[in-house]
Parts: sequence; structure tokens; C-alpha cells
Amino acid sequence: MPKSGSTPKISRRTALAGLSASAALLAMPRLGRAADETIRIGFPTPLTGPFAAEARDQVKCAELAVKLVNDKGGIAGRKVELLVRDDKLNAGEAATRTLELIEKDKVHAVVGALSSAVQLGVNEVTRARGVIYVSISQSDTINEAKDFSKYTFHEALNPHMTTAAVARQTLKKGMKVAHLVADYAYGHEMLRGFKRAQAAIGADNVGEILHPFGAADYSTFIPRLMSMRPDVLCISNFGRDQANAIKQAVDFGVKQQMKIVVPVILHNQRLAVGPDVFEGVVGGANYYWGLEPQSKTAADFNAAFRAANGGAIPTDYGAYGYSGVASLLLAMRAAGGTDTDKVVDALEKLQYDLTKGPQHYRKCDHQSVQSVLVLESKKKSAMANDNDLFAILATDTGSADMLRSCSELGHAT
Amino acid sequence: MDLSLIIMQLLSGIALGAVLVITALGLTIVFGMLGVVNFAHGALFMIGAYAGLYLASLTGSFWWGLLLAPILIGAFGMLIEFVLIRRLYGRSIDDPLLLTFGLSYVLVEGVRIVFGSDGIPFPTPPQLIGVLDLGIGFFPRYRLFVIALVAVVLLVLWLTLEKTRVGLIVRAGARDPTIMQVLGVDIGRVWLAIFGLGVGLAALGGVLAGPMRSVNPEMGSLVLAEAFVVTVIGGLGSIVGAVVAGLMVGISISMVALFAPEMATIVMFALMAVVLLIRPQGLFGVRGRTA
Repeated sequence: MPKSGSTPKISRRTALAGLSASAALLAMPRLGRAADETIRIGFPTPLTGPFAAEARDQVKCAELAVKLVNDKGGIAGRKVELLVRDDKLNAGEAATRTLELIEKDKVHAVVGALSSAVQLGVNEVTRARGVIYVSISQSDTINEAKDFSKYTFHEALNPHMTTAAVARQTLKKGMKVAHLVADYAYGHEMLRGFKRAQAAIGADNVGEILHPFGAADYSTFIPRLMSMRPDVLCISNFGRDQANAIKQAVDFGVKQQMKIVVPVILHNQRLAVGPDVFEGVVGGANYYWGLEPQSKTAADFNAAFRAANGGAIPTDYGAYGYSGVASLLLAMRAAGGTDTDKVVDALEKLQYDLTKGPQHYRKCDHQSVQSVLVLESKKKSAMANDNDLFAILATDTGSADMLRSCSELGHAT
Repeated sequence: MDLSLIIMQLLSGIALGAVLVITALGLTIVFGMLGVVNFAHGALFMIGAYAGLYLASLTGSFWWGLLLAPILIGAFGMLIEFVLIRRLYGRSIDDPLLLTFGLSYVLVEGVRIVFGSDGIPFPTPPQLIGVLDLGIGFFPRYRLFVIALVAVVLLVLWLTLEKTRVGLIVRAGARDPTIMQVLGVDIGRVWLAIFGLGVGLAALGGVLAGPMRSVNPEMGSLVLAEAFVVTVIGGLGSIVGAVVAGLMVGISISMVALFAPEMATIVMFALMAVVLLIRPQGLFGVRGRTA
């Protein structure tokens, strides 16, 4: 199917967009009288499946963002409501739920999804319907011109920026690097990011193994990875796959021979396998509660979360849920309501500081420019308490230099 | 590719196969003797892992967990048979299938309520942490232990079934329950014990798998699928079949992982398809058997 506008043929996507635009026009009068009704935010996320732990944190934090706004009287006098749906980590399911949220529940915007593939499914629906979507899961593809629309915003880090920050802390010129990669979009994008960073640093790639998504046993990949004799093993997978892969690699004595590095080090997975297994593992993160002493925003966010959740601390993916919803609500407040074009405009102009320091959405691809943390898992004896999981190795301040350029992504500059 | 890597890979495959054998064995025994397709087998595997973890932390020793969890969950299995399954004997095969399918949901949700849906760590017993130098490479001590333990369990099971009076009754009961009743054997008690044994084996598989994976409420669903594939390849109801097919699947996964890692999961289903085409009753199955 032609992707560029050079051919006169009308693609299905254009036709869909056109149809939904006319449908939106027809629906206008109804929206007009709905000025005082509740603002509804759709929130598809994989409440069941291997990413369930991260998904539930997203929901808790999204609910917190909504609660804080409602406590202050809502937006322009309107209450905000969060409609959470289980996308079962399946792009088709997510697309169906999103369509329902838009058509049946009449949501004003969608935030959510927790897989690079699933978020593209959600995005497909929202952009065809002209509904704002703030994605809170890592993806490079969503920034690229072919998947972009003016309604698409990306609050999460992307693999390009995450892997670059992690590689800077862990790789040196001449080092040998091997990869164990989940065989789907997230893994492929992380691998691409690492290899790009590796090439820039001058580290050598000694091999890569793709593993099936959601595998429970990794023992069959490990002897071959060890026979590659790398200095660093990059494990690019997510959720329980990360916990299982690291645990089994450690069982095989991998850590005695090489350092384990992950693109994103997951709070919940570190909890799921314990400190001894994760000790010394380095990975990137969007957020860690231990930013508290150095960031007033983080301290405030932690305090609000603790107050709402019986003293518990917010996690990395939880923070995405918060900043994704809260940045959208800030933009709605600035726009004075839910008019899509006005909110898009407000999001593009928004300068926000919600969890860890200043952020803004870059104009060309709506990627959130933000800081990247690099964390190292602490050993048990170095932990001050049960929540003291990681040492912060680096906090790279957010800047557009971290991102691929607008022209590389195919956006008009 | 050097030989030592292939041997290491073979060993990984056998360790993987050992857990498959134990879980598939429980499934196949219950089907072979009772004609019940136990869809709750995966959930009971998961319950076994949780029970092992709980008992290990209660007693402070992995070994008590390993010993007591299969017994306790096996007894729980007998309760299931006594209260639920027993009523469905003699009915169509779908009825116990649906019952156990529903039961698996109840068990998974129950564990979510009691232990939460996040994964929890299951520490490797301290005596088995680390790797053993085999001369050609390093292999985790725990996985070697799993292979050895499964071998012992299989030996005991085989001796009991083939060499004892109890085994004779069980085998005869599977062949013709009516004659057994005429001969004065309380076949209900035999079935109760068999179901308990099957569930106990699932629980043992769960405890053994615990230190190798993260323990979570959904850990049984993949295991159930794997166990079914193994029983189908080996022949439904065949004990020898479960052992051979379990090892075959483990080794196939491992060897394929060496050459085409992204195909590692698909290979067992491909193997099943091939076996079904050539020998529909499975490698050691009996043709036309409906139990």
C-alpha cells in the first residue's frame, strides 16, 4: 500500500480518517451541549498476563492523577473519570476495547497500553477517530512519521534514548557485547538502539539470540551466550520475561563472566526475584522513588502516592500512568475543556514537571523530552530498607539531542 | 560448533524435560486410569509451587517444602476427587473436563486473592546455589538435582506399579474396573488414590520449577499446554510415553534453541503435529482407546 501522498489512490487509512472526520462533524451538536458533563479518559492496559504487575501500578497512579484534579474541583467545573479496560496484552483486544471506549463510552481522550505492539494497535484506532492518545509504553515506531498523527503523544521514554543512556554508563570501546532479545517489537527496537549506541562507542557485537515472547525457560539459550564470551550481556525483554531470564542466567553463573545490562530495569521484577539475583544489574528507568532527595517534584509525587496507597511507593511504570494522565489534564485545563484541537495545541505548548523534573512534548513527533535515569540494583547488605532497591548511577537531563532528529523520523522540518 | 556446547545444550534439554516428565506423568496417569482430562493440572502445579514456598518459609527449609507440598496438595487432590470428580464418573468425557477447567480459574483467582498477582521470589536452597564445573562447562547444581530427583521418583513409581500388589490392583483397575469390583476390590478407593497421586505429581513439578522461574498465579497455564503436548506425543494414558516424550520435547527445544532460537517454542507443537500425522495414538498409545 502506498505510504506517501504521491499517488492519487485513496488508501484505506485516509478513507477511514475522512469518514470519521465527517462522523465527528455530524456529532458536533451533541458535543456542544455536553460542556458540563464528566471528562472521561479511556485507559486500556494489560491487567492480566505477564505485564500485570506493571499495569496495575499504571492504574493506581492514573487514578491518583484523576483524584488530585477532582479534589481541586475538576477541570472547568467538570469532574474527571478514568475508564480502565483490560487489553490482555493483545493488539486486537486493545483495538476493540479502545473502539468501545470511543464509540460507546464516548471518552474524550485515551491514555495507556503497555507494549510496543499493543500501543500501535490503540494508536491506529485513535488516530482514525481523531481522538487524543497519550501512549505510556516504550516505542520508537510511534515517533516515526508513518505511525504519527497530530493526536498521538508519547509520554514514555523510547528505546533509542533509553539504550543510549544505558550504553553510555556500561559500555566502553573494544568491549564485547552479546544480546538476548525478546522476539517482538519491543525487543527488536531495544536491540536496534543498543547496536546503534554500541557502534558509536566502538564496542563489538559478538552475537544475538532472539527468544520467544513470554518464554518461561531460558536455560536453552544460556550455554550459547556464554560460549560467545562477551564482557556484557544485554537482556532486552520486559515484565516476567526479564525476571525469568535474569534469574536463569544468574543460575548458570553468567555474572561471574560478564555484566548483565537491561534497557529498562523493572521495579516489580526486581521485587519478584529478590536482591541476590539482580545484584549489579544495570538498566535504564524513567522514574525511581529514590530521586526524592534530589528532586522536589519526586518527593511531592511520592508523598501524594503514599497518602493515597497506605504508605506504598510509586514504581517506574506507575509514574508513566501518572504523568501521562496528569499532563493531559494540565493541557485540558489550559484549553479550558475537551475540544480536541485546543487540547492538542495545549499539549504541544505544555511545559510540565510532574514526577522528576521538566518535560515537554517535542513539536514534530510529540515525544516527551525528559530525563533518563540509569540504575544499578543494590546488593542485599547495601539496602537501607525493603524499598531501597537501586543506586542511581546517572540522571541524564532531558534534551532534544537524546532523540532521533525530526528529519530522520520522516517528519517535515 | 564445538562438542562441549552441544553436550551442555543436551543437559539443559534433559533438565527442562525432567520437569515436563513429572507434570505430564500426573496428567497421563489420571487420564489413563480414570479417563479424566484434568484441566486444573496446570493450576495445581502453580498451587504446588506456592505451597512449597509457603511451607519452606514456615519451616525455614526448602526440603520440608519439597516433601510436604506434594503430600498436602495430593491430599487436596483427593478431596477434589471425593467432592467433585466422583459424581461425574460414567458420564461423557466433557463433563469432568469442563469441571476441572472451571476449577482451574477458581484456584488461580484464589491464589491471586491470598498471595497477590505479582510474582514472588522462590529462593534456591542454599546447598544447591551456584554451578558445578563439569569439565566442559558450568551447569547449575539445582538443575542437576532436579534431573536426579525426577529419576528417583520415576524409579519408585515404576517399581510400585510393576512389582507390588497395589500396583497390580491399579493396573487391573485401569483395564477392567467392573471385574475388579466383582473380585471385591473397592475401586472407588483406588481412583481416589490415583487422582491424589496425579495431583501430587503436579505439585511436585511446581515445587521443583519454583526456584528456576518466578512464582506467579499464571505460571501453570503454559505448563498445562506443555504437559498436554507431551502426553499427546507419548500417547494418552501411557506412562512410558510421558517419560520418553517429555525428554524428547525438552531435548528438541534445547537443540532447536541452539540453531534457531526464535523457533524454540514452536518446535514442540511441530513435533506433536508430526506424531499425530504418523501415529495418531501417540508413540506409546493404544489405538482406539477411549478409557
